[in-house]
Amino acid sequence: MPKRITVRTTIEDARANGYLKTLKSIFPTLRIEGVSVTDAYTIDAQITGKDCEIIAKQLTNPLVEEYSTESVLAPESYAYSIEIGYHPGVTDNIGNTAKQTAEDCLGRKFKEGEAVYSARFIFLTGELNLQEMESVARELHNPLIESVNILSEADAKEHGHPIIAKRVSLGKRAPRASEIDLSVDDAELEKIGKEGIKNPVGTPRGPLSLNLRTMKTISAHFRKLGRNPTDVELESLAQTWSEHCKHTIFADPLDEVKEGIYRRYIKGATEEIRRKKAKKPIRGKISNGPGDFCVSVFTDNSGAIAFDEKYLVTHKVETHNSPSALDPFGGSVTAIVGVNRDTLGFGLGAKPIANVYGFCVAPPAGGPNDATPLYRDAAKKQPLLPARRILEGVVRGINAGGNQSGIPTALGFVAVDPSYRGKPLVYGGTVGLIPRKLGSKKLYEKKARHGDYIVMVGGRVGVDGIHGATFSSESLSGGSPATAVQIGDPITQKKLSDAIVREARDLGLYSSITDDGAGGLSGSVGEMAKESGGCDVDLGKVPLKYPGLAPWQIWLSESQERMTLAVPKKNWTALKKIFARHDVEAANIGTFTNTGRCVVRYESKKVMDIEMSFLHNGRPIEIQTSKKVVHTYREPPTAVRNSNLREALLQILARPNIGSISFISEQYDHEVQGTSVTKPLQGKGRVNADSAVLQPLPDSTRGIVLSHGYCPWYSQINTYAMAAAAIDTAIRNAVCAGASRDYLAILDNFCWSSSNTPERLYELKESARACFDYATAYGTPFISGKDSMFNDFRGYTEKSDNIHISAIPTLLISAIGVIADATMAMTIDFKQPGDSIYLVGETNDELGASEYFSMLGDSAGSTVPVVDAKKNAKAYDALSKAIQNNIAASAIGVGRGGLAVALAKSAVAGQLGAEINLKNLPGNAKRNDSILFSESQGRILVSVRPEAKGAFEKLYQGRTLVEIGKVTGERVSIELPKTRVEASVSELKSAYRSFFKNW
Amino acid sequence: MTRSYKLEARTSRKSKPLVLIFSGYGLNTEDETKIAFEMAGASADIVHINDIIARPAILKQVQIVVFPGGFSYGDDTGSGKAYANRVKQHLGEALEKFLARDTLAIGICNGFQIITNAGILPGALIANDSARYICRWVDLEVEGNSPWLSGIKTISIPIAHGEGKYYAPKETLAKLASKNAIALRYIKGETSKHFCLPANPNGSLLNIAGITGYNGRVLGLMPHPERAVRFTQLPHWTYLREAYLRQGKTLPPEGPGLQIFRNAVNYLL
Repeated sequence: MPKRITVRTTIEDARANGYLKTLKSIFPTLRIEGVSVTDAYTIDAQITGKDCEIIAKQLTNPLVEEYSTESVLAPESYAYSIEIGYHPGVTDNIGNTAKQTAEDCLGRKFKEGEAVYSARFIFLTGELNLQEMESVARELHNPLIESVNILSEADAKEHGHPIIAKRVSLGKRAPRASEIDLSVDDAELEKIGKEGIKNPVGTPRGPLSLNLRTMKTISAHFRKLGRNPTDVELESLAQTWSEHCKHTIFADPLDEVKEGIYRRYIKGATEEIRRKKAKKPIRGKISNGPGDFCVSVFTDNSGAIAFDEKYLVTHKVETHNSPSALDPFGGSVTAIVGVNRDTLGFGLGAKPIANVYGFCVAPPAGGPNDATPLYRDAAKKQPLLPARRILEGVVRGINAGGNQSGIPTALGFVAVDPSYRGKPLVYGGTVGLIPRKLGSKKLYEKKARHGDYIVMVGGRVGVDGIHGATFSSESLSGGSPATAVQIGDPITQKKLSDAIVREARDLGLYSSITDDGAGGLSGSVGEMAKESGGCDVDLGKVPLKYPGLAPWQIWLSESQERMTLAVPKKNWTALKKIFARHDVEAANIGTFTNTGRCVVRYESKKVMDIEMSFLHNGRPIEIQTSKKVVHTYREPPTAVRNSNLREALLQILARPNIGSISFISEQYDHEVQGTSVTKPLQGKGRVNADSAVLQPLPDSTRGIVLSHGYCPWYSQINTYAMAAAAIDTAIRNAVCAGASRDYLAILDNFCWSSSNTPERLYELKESARACFDYATAYGTPFISGKDSMFNDFRGYTEKSDNIHISAIPTLLISAIGVIADATMAMTIDFKQPGDSIYLVGETNDELGASEYFSMLGDSAGSTVPVVDAKKNAKAYDALSKAIQNNIAASAIGVGRGGLAVALAKSAVAGQLGAEINLKNLPGNAKRNDSILFSESQGRILVSVRPEAKGAFEKLYQGRTLVEIGKVTGERVSIELPKTRVEASVSELKSAYRSFFKNW
Repeated sequence: MTRSYKLEARTSRKSKPLVLIFSGYGLNTEDETKIAFEMAGASADIVHINDIIARPAILKQVQIVVFPGGFSYGDDTGSGKAYANRVKQHLGEALEKFLARDTLAIGICNGFQIITNAGILPGALIANDSARYICRWVDLEVEGNSPWLSGIKTISIPIAHGEGKYYAPKETLAKLASKNAIALRYIKGETSKHFCLPANPNGSLLNIAGITGYNGRVLGLMPHPERAVRFTQLPHWTYLREAYLRQGKTLPPEGPGLQIFRNAVNYLL
């Protein structure tokens, strides 16, 4: 019989107050008077009553808490209690810690199958009814991962709160591999490919995402072998060949681009840039080093560039969109701890030194009905979460994942568009640092060798996250598997990370490492086996969270916090000891071979035996064809364009695409590791910056500059322009922080939708073409990238009509650069009154798909910004020089919202005013609102102290530069051709901070 | 990156105070804490708690023990609680002996939460009034006469925590005050004025940011001095740089937090 301990605070409880505040804001009419919270730990283990007392004492701080082992500690009177606990099998971090505490104080380990399950009781007082409680419960839990039990006080008093151990039961059937008959007709073959292999009861296991042609290839292959594939083999092929893992859309021929758009436009750009740079060393940067700073690009889990003679810096950005739509918190924790493993899995293990994030969501207005209700299923039982819930959840996820891992969150953004209603986009990125060498061994290279043990380290395997890779290659619908959601456990991963980066790596105990991400072991072992030429795995040796998993589930599970190592036999004992000391499990699950075959065994039977060549290269190539598509929107008529530009300025600052996200920046630790040089919030007025500078080593002033660029809204009109602007923006933001173009690399993250349609493929090709054109024009190589091609939602409206929502084609460009001296880093805030304000670049009439037009709500217009890379490159180089020579006092890239917004941001950040004249700007913008809000690219707003004006202007000789005014005291006043706009800095600040003020 | 076995080799060097920094189970600021001690002239080693449990005699060889910041056990079941249990169960006696000598100890952030839970310092750190994690700079006023804080009147350093509100019953607070054991209080100082932020970030009783025990030799504090050892770590250094530049001055290399580590080294030299 499980025992339950409940613990509650005996003093004022900020958590309970937080619940009360949230519920009152969501349900303003609810007569809710008070909230109190009790934590519960259900101990499902053979312990005595005395043991239970001992454990309870350890779980309680007697100064501020009390416990009970008898009953659930509840207030004297209440209306209802809501108990929230995880479903069986969902990662329960609190339960795990409580278990370890119990083990510590009892001095013995729990037996296999024994566990502690955590839950939380929320007691509400006031005049409330059951129906209201159900609405409240819906806000407080996520039915996908958690269950609730609502009891009235009377019910609880009569029957008590039931004690339930959330044990996993996978049925009594002995798990084994099954044979899948592929000698079936095309219709059946297609069905298996789409819906998945059938379970014994006839329900499909979840999508394989293999089309008919691919299914036929597989069927033919096994016919030749004279047998049917096992389910392990078929699932494994589906994982390995998935769009998510093979990037088939980028890899396969598209129209005349026979080598695929990735090879031609992305990798092609990098190759061309590296060829040019190799001829041109950077003077004084890395002594005698090459101008080509790329060291490991596109081949490993992250991309790496030279940091100095001793170190490399790595970067990788990932998305985790589909899981975040279902469970925003779990999805985003996994996004960030997952991409951390791409750092740990770079070379022989890089140390994560910074995280970045980006959240693309639908307008989060707040309240329970902040978006039209939409459902994943026709029966309307599975509602989509409202945008606000999604944003709150993903924000909390990176909070947990980043803060607990001790990795500073240096930079991030929120982008809003109604098209993200179906699926949010959740970007997570990690920068890493790794010594180039250990003795004579290069740490950025790795190779599993024949005879090395296959060692899985970290967490255990459960059914969580199965079909993650194939799932994200599909659109979100009612059939989306709930098991696709994993919840990360940052602490298990931190222990794993410490064991690897602090010890095992520098003792040279393993020859290769990679993370268990998409496809789990099938992905990691399958990839590493390429290095040695084969593998032989025994799934029976894989540590499981609970019994009953079928072999295919063990092989494919995406349970988190795991990595796979290739360990030479002689090192196995030493390595095992290190992991044991760090309290991390390490299991020897097989051997890397050179047999050319991927062999997997379970209970002494072969359940998979496929040639490596077929596993990795057997996928049939798809010939893709695109179809040109042109989007045109009329210009918004003069009548709807604002006559009151002061109001327009205050309004635009209050929009979520522009306004402060300080509520996020302040809850993410950006100071840990002590490397922060410029902060997420800059200046006295704490304005969010689009760049960050870090100094990763204590004994070197060398710095790393990070920045982002994203302009998805332009995709409504033209994806070539969208991609060009994203690249230009990322570079501009980096340069404004002190980077220079000759030591700057970029990363691409494409999030597309309906990518199998010719029209979307055309848009994709156009944006990829822009990537090549602009990366080569700026000389900034791509070093890593990722794509997520099906950000679609297919579901139902309130009226049960079918609805399809496609996320707008979105390209995030992340830039990473190295600077020689971090004390030259630049921030966006105006510094002192009397400084001159300059505008770099031309202001053209380019309001198409701008924030201003979007705010007017009439029509997107057509004149999307065009990027002139040649001109901009020179202007950026001049600014780099100005910053490196202490000539500029502040610099901000002019981005979303245009010049007026950039001006307001620098003013609010500096808590200083400005006297500005925009009557004679270079460029063709002539209307007042175009001048203020046009989003022409290539522009930078710079402030310069009076003594440095001459030097600054000299740097810009022959470039487009105009002095537009001076920094002043408390008001921003802008002279326009036909009017004048004026606002106080405090008005601008209030507007800028208004949208997320109460979040 | 440091490994535990280096420790013994170093014990012969008497000139530098030896610092032992606890690690493991999600502590995460060991590296920058080690750097800060080394900048101040100490010799610091990061050792996994399980290695200390295996050889508690290590504590006899060192002069300073550090419980650094981090997220031990993910703050699950209450911040610092699970790690403190491990310390109490396995190292209680060894630490008592260590503290009985003329040694120093410091608990920073999660380390402060750990040493209060372990009963080394009184009081508790509970959820911030905002019920949310917060990362910002704070200004502190020094009271009492801890060797860790000698010569410092006010200091600005950053915080980053979700459970940093100092709480203790009235009697304990009175006792702390009477024993001069309230070491650091949040005040409206340089950075909170600059950024227009409230002085007390978390609702701490009596604005307490840090307290001492063992005659000032043990310091527990929520803010992170190790993240404030360089000038470019200051939140407003680019603003200050402009002022220095215009006055023709060079930038100072150091941040204010370094003095705390220097004080510790000086005390033991």
